[in-house]
Amino acid sequence: MEAPFTVAETREAVRSGRASSVEICRAALDRIAAADPGINAFRAVAAERALARAAQLDARGDRATLPLLGVPVAIKDNLCTRGIATTAGSRMLDGYLPPYDADVVERLESAGAVIIGKTNCDEFAMGSSTENSAYGPTRNPWAVDRTPGGSSGGSAAAVAARMVPLSLGSDTGGSIRQPAALCGVVGFKPSYGRVSRYGLIAFASSLDQVGPFATTVMDAALAMDVLAGHDPRDSTSSPAPVPAFARALDESRGELKGVRIGVPRALFTDGVDAGVLAAFDAALDVSRACGAEIVDIALPYNAQAIPVYYIIATAEASANLARYDGVRYGFRAADARSVGEMYERSREGGFGREVKRRIILGTYVLSAGYYDAYYLKAQQVRTLIRRDYDAAFAGVDVIAMPTSPTPAFPLGERTGDPVRMYLSDVFTVSANLAGLPAVTVPCGFAAGRLPVGLQFTGRPMDDSGVLRVADAYERATSWSTERPDARPSSLSR
Amino acid sequence: MSQGFTRADLERVARLARLELDASEQDLFARQVAGILEYADQIQRVDTTDVEPTSHPPGSVGAMRPDAVRPSLPRGEALAGAPDADIAAGLFKVPRVLG
Repeated sequence: MEAPFTVAETREAVRSGRASSVEICRAALDRIAAADPGINAFRAVAAERALARAAQLDARGDRATLPLLGVPVAIKDNLCTRGIATTAGSRMLDGYLPPYDADVVERLESAGAVIIGKTNCDEFAMGSSTENSAYGPTRNPWAVDRTPGGSSGGSAAAVAARMVPLSLGSDTGGSIRQPAALCGVVGFKPSYGRVSRYGLIAFASSLDQVGPFATTVMDAALAMDVLAGHDPRDSTSSPAPVPAFARALDESRGELKGVRIGVPRALFTDGVDAGVLAAFDAALDVSRACGAEIVDIALPYNAQAIPVYYIIATAEASANLARYDGVRYGFRAADARSVGEMYERSREGGFGREVKRRIILGTYVLSAGYYDAYYLKAQQVRTLIRRDYDAAFAGVDVIAMPTSPTPAFPLGERTGDPVRMYLSDVFTVSANLAGLPAVTVPCGFAAGRLPVGLQFTGRPMDDSGVLRVADAYERATSWSTERPDARPSSLSR
Repeated sequence: MSQGFTRADLERVARLARLELDASEQDLFARQVAGILEYADQIQRVDTTDVEPTSHPPGSVGAMRPDAVRPSLPRGEALAGAPDADIAAGLFKVPRVLG
């Protein structure tokens, strides 16, 4: 029998005594040691801490009550882990040791999960390729000469390469879903407010959300059963009741009778890869065969989502990143003669180019004379984007789109052209602007063996609804069992 | 709008953001930010008459909590990550502010 890997397999194996938490942990560390030198998914592997934690779990008497017993988890490096360096992919936070754990880290550990390490990401989660990390890019396990997407590229690659069954990312404009799609795994951005951001290094506070990567929708649901819930330490955390995510999938059993899926086809324009569109259309046929009705819808203001997103996200980022001033934590330039010079030179030396570019843009759109034309205007169009969704959800239960307009792109292809890079997020940013839950599930390949993701977006707080539709699709197909071979794409075709 | 984004704008904004930029970054960002704004100008064509702005997803703001005293981060831990601090005195240290 094959060793347990998925979240569901691991917890059953450890609960029943067929495997110990320590054995599971060692196996994950071995897989990381073997695979990660060619991928660079991990910023730090906390081997001793993880093994000590696993040994504690094996000694406990109440193991059967822990929902993620023995499950090795990788954490994006913009989530605070007490005592494990947390850099957010930035030189600004090189060696920073947070004095507390993020809420989601506390929840995972309380549930019996074992934090195995921290994963690489674009600096302060700003990017769509993980090439903006100050610590080098992560490579796509399906084609090591291509990006894994971003910004949570390390978390996506670590699961795709089967180093760990579960990881956490953050999603401000697609930073969970787009890398999950490009790496051929499941990625879930919960509704705004569903998961606490306490301990998430802030990028854009009206958009940021934390969520899981896994190889199956059921595993993502098992993680959500632990991650979701109110946290008084995050003022945007929702007090709404938390559904039983995994149980809902067991009950629906892949049946979609009566479910209406909306498709905004007018948005699928020139920039969408033909192979991506072919995989998407084939996926709709599968959902239809599961009992769903496919309905044409229009989301006309979605065409404005990228400019609206990049104005709002950079404006909020310029405010959030004002805290990096060389005083309380992080990098400080040497030999500054005044406090002002210390601020300016520390920020010059600590931030990378994409972060500086966004601070400039965000400061500009908030500055006197430009606020109304850019920031206020973008907030008004954000309202129109939200109303589009409200109108669509009067007639459908979920909305289907490709997750990314293209499969994984070559390293270096888009780094010199910010607008082209930003367009990688064309199908993901609007869920953040409207605060909606959205999931991506693998739906085939394009351009040889480059994964394609299918995205379902749902009504506000209907996290269970989108997971149910994704789970039905996954049950009817076998894409989630496909594994990468970590070769250059020219060889894998 | 974006025709207005000049080197002078870049210098003004960099000053506001307390960000020193070297010469190559000034050239690069002046060009790239102008390009991004040119792309973003498409939103100017959208009619937003009488449309209220959205600052947060609906239903997500306005949480209240009891005004109760709770433990906070111990001072030593708060200072531990500072580039320069006097831990015993409980102070962050910065370059001289007053002559």
